[in-house]
Amino acid sequence: MPVTYLDAIREAQAKALAEDDRVFIYGQDVAEFGGAFKATKGLADRFPGRVVNSPISEDAIVGAAIGAAIEGMRPIVEMQFADFSSLAFNQIVNQSATHFWRTGVPCPITIRLPSGGTEGSGPFHSQSVESIYAHYPGLIVLTPATVEDAYSMLLEAIRIDDPVIFCEHKFLYYHLKADALPAVSLPVGKARIARFGRHATIVAYSAMVHEALRAAREMAEEGWEIEVVDLRSAKPIDTDTILASVARTGRLLCVGESFPWGGLTAEVISRVVGEGFHLLDAPPKRLNSKDTPIPYHPNLWRVHRPTWQAIAAATRNLLRL
Amino acid sequence: MSQSLPQSTLEAAGSPPAGTDRSVEAYRWMVLARVFEDKIAALYRAGKIVGGVYLGRGQEAFSASLGMQLDRARGDVFCGLIRDQAGRMAFGEPLIDSARTYLGSAEGPMRGRDGNIHRGRPSKGMPAMISHLGAMIPVVNGMLMALRHRKAQGVAGGVTIGDGGTSTGAFHEALNQAAVEKLPLVLAVANNQYAYSTPVSEQFACDDLADRAAGYGVRGYSIDGTDLDACLSAFTEAIARARAGEGPQMVVGKLLRLAGHGEHDDARYIPESKRSEPHGGDCLALARAKILAEGRAGAEAVAEIEKSAQERVEEAVARAQSEPAPNPYRESWHALATKHLSEGTTEV
Repeated sequence: MPVTYLDAIREAQAKALAEDDRVFIYGQDVAEFGGAFKATKGLADRFPGRVVNSPISEDAIVGAAIGAAIEGMRPIVEMQFADFSSLAFNQIVNQSATHFWRTGVPCPITIRLPSGGTEGSGPFHSQSVESIYAHYPGLIVLTPATVEDAYSMLLEAIRIDDPVIFCEHKFLYYHLKADALPAVSLPVGKARIARFGRHATIVAYSAMVHEALRAAREMAEEGWEIEVVDLRSAKPIDTDTILASVARTGRLLCVGESFPWGGLTAEVISRVVGEGFHLLDAPPKRLNSKDTPIPYHPNLWRVHRPTWQAIAAATRNLLRL
Repeated sequence: MSQSLPQSTLEAAGSPPAGTDRSVEAYRWMVLARVFEDKIAALYRAGKIVGGVYLGRGQEAFSASLGMQLDRARGDVFCGLIRDQAGRMAFGEPLIDSARTYLGSAEGPMRGRDGNIHRGRPSKGMPAMISHLGAMIPVVNGMLMALRHRKAQGVAGGVTIGDGGTSTGAFHEALNQAAVEKLPLVLAVANNQYAYSTPVSEQFACDDLADRAAGYGVRGYSIDGTDLDACLSAFTEAIARARAGEGPQMVVGKLLRLAGHGEHDDARYIPESKRSEPHGGDCLALARAKILAEGRAGAEAVAEIEKSAQERVEEAVARAQSEPAPNPYRESWHALATKHLSEGTTEV
């Protein structure tokens, strides 16, 4: 029986609830209804009183999770959409992120953000906000691209003593499948070589890993061997794995679905230039969405975000340099 | 002096003044807070304190009355804000924590990483406030949710805010959240008539902030925040009701801020006439006069309280001043508890 990315997220939460009495889930519609995407379906029945519906109050949801964590709990917050976490921005960046450093008392909360674009979702149900949270000291930001990582990284996130922003991609929820849940996995903080190659490195994360892999497969027919690095974790960034890949290929394209100004792709380029300039045979390039709000209509949306075609075109350009 | 709202039976308001010992005990915390803050203000003017100094002058009775009636030993939580020197100490914050945090001692709970009123001991039921108003109310809610999960019986959580803070979205979200979850929250609103320079007429349009309580489904109390006995009685009732499972209680104390927003502010926008209006008095002087007039404590005992406060404050300040300042070369520049995932620079 195949397991979807969404199943993995639900099963990771079930396992965490079963193993640790300090774990509870708090968010909008998460209890009997099972959440807007059904990521908590059935959990309220299995774990009475530990899957709790909240009012539509993002700021107070995260604030309460922080308070519960201070008192020894391990809350999981589900934001209905990553976009709405802007309403909890203050609690996330000013309260949870500063807490350990200011007081010496850890703040182990996990905030699940259903992230990224899907057809027809428009400006307010499509955002990728990993770069915003990664900017703040005191937060760990995870961007799993696979079913296995959705499971193992969420479990690890819940065990980590710091606030974790868990960016799960909605586009992968239903149609990304694996044969089974993983028994072992890479730890948080390590990137993964998703495909080996020697002509150029594409660094990607979350849903963009799959677009990058598709581009690499297409380009293989043209004779190009493209390496794809799946970042897995936006913060911390596994700079060593990226540099090792660039050392092999000499060329770097960094792909992200978020807006182009600054952000994670710029950070990766900055590190490679700063620490591995001598490894580069060509200027490193980055590819992000367009610098507009995310459009509603599928015709516009497909062009707004990086697709495998756009990634392949950018990689071909990089190989000409 | 207390005025009860229709939705509150407020039995305590009509009951005899609180026990003698109680008001004298509260007075002790009030004096200690006043003496400490006067000292800190003097040090600030002398250039010995960097950053801001924020005083609770005029709010000591209201603050102490809540803090001293909560008890961490039974699981209670108290989160003071910027004018709660008295309440924080009455709940259990050591005086030395305040001195060390204001003076930047590396020995203090914040170790120079944060200063002045931004201090706490979260694992002892005292969360460390952030500056964003309203943000601490849901944190206390969450602490109470955790205590409930652990089946703690009869606990209560106190949190304070001012009139200006009631205008934030965070205040609304959190009070509604507490009501929905029926949490044993005691929310103390010190209506000191000014939010920095903004008078309440430009802050809200209802007659009394306690009127809002009904809209949240919580019990509201409107009291004279300068009257120590009224404060003690109101919080006695509010805390008892919270402990008994009656849900959140919102106590609004009307008083006057007898200082600037901070010591950098001379508050010339507050007309002198405000001080002779109702609620414009100094709760400390009023409590002292009443304690002496009613013989709850003799002149000698009161003088001893005041002398002892001076001594304690001098000792705490001297100690904090003699301690080392934080050393940037020995600082651990890691924001994470999980060191191996930190992107900070390596430790020296």
